[in-house]
Amino acid sequence: MKASGFPYVIPMLLLSVAFFATPLAVLIGFSFIGPEGVGFHNYARFLGDAFNYRVLINTAKLGLQTIVSTTLLGVPIALLYWHSGKTARQVIIFLTLIPMLTSNVVRTFAWIVILGRQGPISETFVALGLAERPFTLMSTELGLVMAMCQIDLPLIILPLIAILSRIPVTYTEAAQVSGAGPWRILVTVLLPMMLPGLLAGWILVFASTSASFVTQAVIGGARNIYVPQLIYREVGTLFDWPMASAIAVVLLLSTGILLVAMTMISRHRRLVGHA
Amino acid sequence: MRSSSENRALENPLPAWLYKAFVFGFGSLSLIYLVAPIVIAITMSFTAGQTLKYPPEGFSLRWYEALFDPVASGTEHIAAFNSLKIAGLAVLGSLLFAVPATIGMARMKRSAVGTIEPLLLAPLVLPSLAYGLAALIVANFVGFQPSLWLTVAGHVVVFGPLMYRAASVVAQGINPSLAEASIVMGATWFTTLRRVTLPLLLPGILAGAFLVFIQSLDNVSVSLFLADARTTVLPLRMFALIEESLDVRVAAMSGVLICLTLIVLLVARRVLAPSR
Repeated sequence: MKASGFPYVIPMLLLSVAFFATPLAVLIGFSFIGPEGVGFHNYARFLGDAFNYRVLINTAKLGLQTIVSTTLLGVPIALLYWHSGKTARQVIIFLTLIPMLTSNVVRTFAWIVILGRQGPISETFVALGLAERPFTLMSTELGLVMAMCQIDLPLIILPLIAILSRIPVTYTEAAQVSGAGPWRILVTVLLPMMLPGLLAGWILVFASTSASFVTQAVIGGARNIYVPQLIYREVGTLFDWPMASAIAVVLLLSTGILLVAMTMISRHRRLVGHA
Repeated sequence: MRSSSENRALENPLPAWLYKAFVFGFGSLSLIYLVAPIVIAITMSFTAGQTLKYPPEGFSLRWYEALFDPVASGTEHIAAFNSLKIAGLAVLGSLLFAVPATIGMARMKRSAVGTIEPLLLAPLVLPSLAYGLAALIVANFVGFQPSLWLTVAGHVVVFGPLMYRAASVVAQGINPSLAEASIVMGATWFTTLRRVTLPLLLPGILAGAFLVFIQSLDNVSVSLFLADARTTVLPLRMFALIEESLDVRVAAMSGVLICLTLIVLLVARRVLAPSR
C-alpha cells in the first residue's frame, strides 16, 4: 500500500487550479484593462455611474431581504422539525427536498403564475374586496422577494435540520426541568445551537441570490435590474468584457467578504454554542 | 423574595401556548409556502385555457400533447437532449476527477487535507456567474469557441466538488484496515479498489452523481456563457419561452421536470436509505 494518497488527488487539484483558479485570476487581471491602459478605470467608471451604483445597492438589499425572510420562515420550520416525531420529521425533509431539487426555472415559472394579474393572489384580493381590480406583482420588488424567499428557503432549512437532528433531547429537557419556559429554551438553548446552521445558510442564500439570473430577470422585470443582469448585458449586448470582469470581481469580493465574516463569527466560541 | 408564580411570569413574559401556536401554526404555514408553488406549477400544466389564469380553466392534456409533438416542439426536444447529454457527461467527468481525489484524501494527514480541501470546494461557494464569464474569457484566449464540450468542462469544474463532498462524507466513515486487510491477504491494488474501496464508497458516489446530474440539468449561469447557439440547453430554452411569449408549454415542461425530480428523489431514498 502506498504511504500517501496525494497522487490520487493530483488530477482534481490540477483541474481546480487550471480550470478554476486560473480563469478567476485572468478575470481579475482583465478587469484592470481599459482603453487608456492598465488601471482602475473600469471600477471607477462602474462605481461612478449613478445607475450602476443603485443596481449594486439594490442587489445587496435584495440579498439582505432574502436572508431575513428565509430566516423568518426557515426557523419556524426547523422548530417544527425539532418538536415532531420520526415520521413527521421524514415528511418535513421530503417536503424541503422537492422544491430544492426542482429546477430553478420551474420554480420561477410557478411564481409567474402566482404573481400574475390572473393569479391566485390577485384573484383572492379581488374576491375578498381588498382590491378593486386585478393587479400584478410581477416587476415589483415585493414579488421578487416573495419568489426568492421560497426558492432559497431550503438552503437555510437543511443546515438547521442537520444541526437539530444531532442535538440530544436531554439538552432542552434539562432546561425544562430547571424551570425554563419554551420561549426561554428557544432563546437560550435552541437558537444559540442553531446559529452555525444559520450562518451556513446565510452564505448559501447570498451565493444563490448572486447567481439567480433567471428569477431576477423574469420576476424583477426591466424596472428592477441586479448585478447578474448587468454582467450579462456587458457581455452579451455591449461586448465590454473588461467592464463585465470588473463587475464580476465586485460580485466575487462581496461574496468573499461575507464568507470571511461568517467564518470568523462561527469560530467565535462565545457567540456560537457548540452543537 | 418573590412568590414562584410571580417569578415564572417574569421568566416567561410570553405564554407557552403562544409558543405552540408559533411553532405549529407559523411553521406549518411556512411549509405550505415552500411547497405550494410546486403544486401550482403542476396543476397549471393541466389547464384547458390559453393563458396562465389560475385556478386553471378546465382540465386537458393539450399542453402535454403540444410538448411531446416532435414537429411543434422540435427545438425543445433538442434542448432537452442537449441538457441530458451535458448532465450525463458532467457526472462522468466528476466521477473521473472527484472519486480518486476522495480516495487519496482519505489516506492523507488531517493537516494536508485541511490545506487542500478548501481549494477543491471553492467552486461551490463562489458565484458561478463570475466563473462562467472567467471561463469564457480564458477559452477565448486559447482559441476555443463556446460549445457543448466547453459547457461540459465548466459543469465538471463547478459541480465536481459536489461529488467529492458527497463521497468524502462516506469515505470518512470507512475503516482503513479493510483495504489493508485486502492487500495483506494478497489482493492486488486494482482488485482492492474494485472489490473493497469502490463498493464501500458507492452510496456516496451515487448521492454525488444524483446531485451533479440535478444541478447540471438546471444550470443557467455557466451554460449562459459557455454554450453556443446550436447547443441550447433546456433551462435557457424555457427562459426564452417565458421571456418571449409566456407559452403554456412551459407549464407542461415544469410538470415533466417536477415528476422527474420526484421519481429520482424516491429512487435515491430507496437506494441510499440503508447506508444511513
